[in-house]
Amino acid sequence: MKSKTKNRLMSIFVHLVLILLAFMCLFFFYVLVVNCTHSHADLQKGFSFLPGKDFLTNLDSVANDGTFPMFRGILNSLVVSGSCAAICTYFSALTAYGLYAYDFKIKKVAFTFIMAILVMPTQVTAMGFLRLITKMGLYDSLLPLILPSIASPAVFYFMYSYLESSLPLSLVEAARIDGSGEFFTFNRIVLPIMKPAIAVQAIFTFVGSWNNYFVPALVIQSKNKMTVPILIAALRGADYMTFDMGKIYMMIAVAIVPIIIVYLLLSKYIIAGVTLGGVKG
Amino acid sequence: MVMKKKRKNISYAKWGYIFILPFFVSFFIFSCIPLVDTIKYSFFEYYRSGIKEVGPNFIGLTNYIELIKSDMVLYGANTLILWIIGFVPQIVIALVLAAWFTDARLKIKGLQFFKVVIYLPNLIMASAFALLFFTMFSTGGPINSILLSLGVIDKAIDFTGSVFGVRSLIGFMNFLMWFGNTTIMLMAAVMGISVEVFEASDIDGCNRIQRFFYVTLPQIRPILAYTLITSIIGGLQMFDVPQILTNGKGSPDRTSMTLIMFLNNHLKSKNYGMGGALSVYLFIISGILCAIVYKMTNDDDPDGSKAAAKARKKEQRKNRRAK
Repeated sequence: MKSKTKNRLMSIFVHLVLILLAFMCLFFFYVLVVNCTHSHADLQKGFSFLPGKDFLTNLDSVANDGTFPMFRGILNSLVVSGSCAAICTYFSALTAYGLYAYDFKIKKVAFTFIMAILVMPTQVTAMGFLRLITKMGLYDSLLPLILPSIASPAVFYFMYSYLESSLPLSLVEAARIDGSGEFFTFNRIVLPIMKPAIAVQAIFTFVGSWNNYFVPALVIQSKNKMTVPILIAALRGADYMTFDMGKIYMMIAVAIVPIIIVYLLLSKYIIAGVTLGGVKG
Repeated sequence: MVMKKKRKNISYAKWGYIFILPFFVSFFIFSCIPLVDTIKYSFFEYYRSGIKEVGPNFIGLTNYIELIKSDMVLYGANTLILWIIGFVPQIVIALVLAAWFTDARLKIKGLQFFKVVIYLPNLIMASAFALLFFTMFSTGGPINSILLSLGVIDKAIDFTGSVFGVRSLIGFMNFLMWFGNTTIMLMAAVMGISVEVFEASDIDGCNRIQRFFYVTLPQIRPILAYTLITSIIGGLQMFDVPQILTNGKGSPDRTSMTLIMFLNNHLKSKNYGMGGALSVYLFIISGILCAIVYKMTNDDDPDGSKAAAKARKKEQRKNRRAK
């Protein structure tokens, strides 16, 4: 009896802590969403917990801002992140399949090498990278933000583990006997089997690329090629406390909200995918 | 018969090479060449002052020595402090939550909801998050406005003006962004512990706290170590949040300047020699950390996640069979 009441008390305590933590996580987004519906004059009066009526006005002024082309930035970010997600998952799957399904001399060495660079930060080679792409004439273009994602050790590792658990090699053999070419086998038989793994990694790569700030900030110069994080940084660099605050909140909102919506739709797969690798802060 | 024999002799090895080629070509071009270039120029006097380019002149280890004498050590300490402020509450909360989430007796309602919510900040663009915090914690921002109207304070606090304020904000943001991720990782590890161990501890009369310290913790030690190391690597790369929050200045008085912000300044001013030497220092540190992670991921299932997945699958199979 005693332990039952104790358990109940404990349970109540646990729920209170969880609610507090959930509040902490959601509060900032709540403030953001509420504030982006208020006009500058409203915001100056102090914080109000209720949404205002200036959502469309703010959205409109963000859309028509020439100094911080946010929507152009979103478009650029979509192009970069979408391409990254596509080529990163495809080539990681290809590499994983190459190392999983075939026997060749350097197989072990190649695998060990990729595992050794699994968590290597990109920042340490940023200087040489910047010089290289300048020499290649790719400075201030979106390509250098996309192409390096062909080699993503962490995604490779995920794909490899997935293949190990779900692709029997006899299937590949069977395809060969039926006269399927190796590339055809990969594209038509292996890729569909890997769909769940590809989906999870596509989401993570997309989000990672969408949020990436360090490298794009070094590579991109011209305004119409800027991705969202660079625009955010440019906004911070400007003397923006004198700006229309409703617009500022709206700019942050358009940078953050698309990812939140995607996350809420796909949260089940994302959370299931978290446990499998990746560098954290 | 002849056809069959011929087919058997086909070697597929070349396809292995072809399939892994793009990865290695891309890695060679975008990582190896830059790395060699970075290391090479770290031994050169090579910078730009105004429009004049100085160098490259070979100067041996001068850049390395100058860096040690400069504020690099200080920035390293800043990075460490900022990382600790974020990591300690993160790992404590994550451990507690992981234990709670896996404890069936607590009957947590809306478990999935809480998981979704605590993981949410992890996906937010760090730079936008930092800008949001800067705006919210400014003297005229919503936080001060709320505190004032609640009567908690009677004068607006200048959060971004004090060393304590800025460091706490950065630590808090890092905590908020990563504790959900860590919780989910640790949860997988706890679920990987065999049920028998917990049952045995229950029969032996373990209470919740004893069970946590004597059963759960020792069992998930490998993944704890993994979390620690990957978090150090992530902390070493800390950039977006302090950069945006302090507008790249590491204010007040460069007390929140991190190593990567320092590197960023060198790269922006095309200070290749110094930037190279700093990169090499960072490369050596991350190399050591990578080696540790490599050892862990190649010992038999160090992080417990595979075991967890396997256990879950087994469980599901069992349940299906039982039905």
